[in-house]
Amino acid sequence: MNESTRSEAPYSFGKRNSSSALYDRIFTGLVWGIGILVILFIVGLLFMLLKNGLPKLTWDFLYSIPSEIEEGGGIGPALFNSFYLLAISLIISIPIGLAAGIYLAEFAPNNKLIDFVRICVEGLSSVPSIIFGLFGIALFVEMFQIGLTILGGAISLAFLNLPMLTRITEESIRAVPVEMKNASFALGSTHLQTIRRVLIPVALNGLITGICLTAGRAFGESAVIILTAGVTTSGVMWDFNLFSPGETLAVHLWYVQSEAIVPDAQEIAQKATSVLIFIVLLINIVFRVPLWLNSRKTKS
Amino acid sequence: MIEMNQTVQTASAELGNSIRTGSGKSFDRRARLRWANSAFRIACIAAAAFVCLVLFGILFLMFRTGVLTFQEVSFAEFFFSADWDPENGKYGALLFIFGTVALTALTLLISVPFSVLIAVFLAEVTPKWLRNLLRPVLDLLVGIPSVVYGYLGLTVLIPWLRDMTGKDLADGLLAAAIVLTIMVLPTISRVSDDAISAVPKKYRDASYALGSNRFQTIFRVVLPASSRGIVYAVILGMARAIGETMAVVMVIGNTAQIADSLFTPTAVLTSNIVMQISSVEFDSTWNYALYMMGFLLLVISLIMIVAVRFLQKRGVRES
Repeated sequence: MNESTRSEAPYSFGKRNSSSALYDRIFTGLVWGIGILVILFIVGLLFMLLKNGLPKLTWDFLYSIPSEIEEGGGIGPALFNSFYLLAISLIISIPIGLAAGIYLAEFAPNNKLIDFVRICVEGLSSVPSIIFGLFGIALFVEMFQIGLTILGGAISLAFLNLPMLTRITEESIRAVPVEMKNASFALGSTHLQTIRRVLIPVALNGLITGICLTAGRAFGESAVIILTAGVTTSGVMWDFNLFSPGETLAVHLWYVQSEAIVPDAQEIAQKATSVLIFIVLLINIVFRVPLWLNSRKTKS
Repeated sequence: MIEMNQTVQTASAELGNSIRTGSGKSFDRRARLRWANSAFRIACIAAAAFVCLVLFGILFLMFRTGVLTFQEVSFAEFFFSADWDPENGKYGALLFIFGTVALTALTLLISVPFSVLIAVFLAEVTPKWLRNLLRPVLDLLVGIPSVVYGYLGLTVLIPWLRDMTGKDLADGLLAAAIVLTIMVLPTISRVSDDAISAVPKKYRDASYALGSNRFQTIFRVVLPASSRGIVYAVILGMARAIGETMAVVMVIGNTAQIADSLFTPTAVLTSNIVMQISSVEFDSTWNYALYMMGFLLLVISLIMIVAVRFLQKRGVRES
């Protein structure tokens, strides 16, 4: 808005108005078009992957042993390892992540040291996942000499989850209204009782959402697993041994697509992709739909 | 810090003991509560310290292993030579560094305009019902595993690019950049969307009251007001693009040559690490060089986080 346009305004009002109205219309059209098209494009691609794989799925595929040479291999051990690794990594990372988040939200004094701790948490959450893999190799394969194992993979994965869980816990605990906390203190509870009986139940929505996000991410994570748990399975179903190699579904998808020599690799990859997407969506949706419905109810 | 709290704990425990011996049951409970309280506090401190310890453990191990590279390879060769041939003792990492920088730049070039438009679309233009539908969809897209995007690129995008260009090989920077764009687009859009939605309504009202239309309001008022949040979103997307491994490794071609065109098969830091790490001895210069490349990635991502932190702090101070 410079001087000249302002002084001309009374004369060129109608014209200027119509040209900017035209811009406005073009812009609105562009935004609508691109917004809808891009989102539809991405959703369409994923839908296509699901459509290509899901109808061909059989129970047999889900729990049979993969084969190296012949047709008809399944994804059983890989699928089992995915859940097994995820469970172990969450068992390790949830308590530590929650405790660290609670400390930052509740106990931490406001000083430089704590600022530094926060930067560490954020820094750790931005570390590329492959770095956790290299760290896992240096730690488990080199230092402890246990080779590529489920245990090493799960602990490396837990390190990857830690910063996310810490941040999510801190944010959701901070979001609890201070009146609730004060009311609990006024009733004579100790800090621990307040945290256990008031803060965590109130923040539970946020915590569950966060844990689901983390779990979904960890389930599909592959770079860490390739480096620390390997690209093979022990070849036996229900192998709970922590020291056997632990290829997961995401790794298996990569392996089948780029390295395997089985003749039906294409089909296995299609089916494995659809299973992977389906489970990740399920982890994300099942726990969060009730929360969405809940928040919509409380808002209206 | 931790030591100080331990003394507090022992002091309160002694206090609890003396009270417990002196009187009845209710004080016993109080001492127990106090003990649980401080034990919990110490557990929490230990957890927070552990998170920091992990970061420093990673930094230390990566650096200690990576720096061994320079026993045999000169500093200048590692950073300024593009000749990567470990079998013959040539460790020039420039081509991977160049690949990572070029790939990230290209990804941002494609994804930022689209993401900002989608963010504007979500925050300003859509009717409410569509917004409530699309936001969760984008949130779900953020969670799709990267290996799926890589698979998508390998089976859909590359054949398509091959048909379009008529070349035998379509692997390269462009394919990787498109895959990464699809991957980071939901992240950048959603974070920018939040930043745009956080612009106070009175700014828009003032702009409309001055007679501007929606186009003018968005470009002259809303976007400048939310620019810091959008930069934050772009840095987040950038961090994801730089560190992404599996989606890139499936479409980039994995050839150790510098990319002189968009369709030249090449390699980036992450893809090279993951392709070669499992086939080398731990105690070899080759492996040390890979760790050095990982250390570079780590340093880049930490610098970006400090930048984000800086932006956020300035934002808080101004508002």
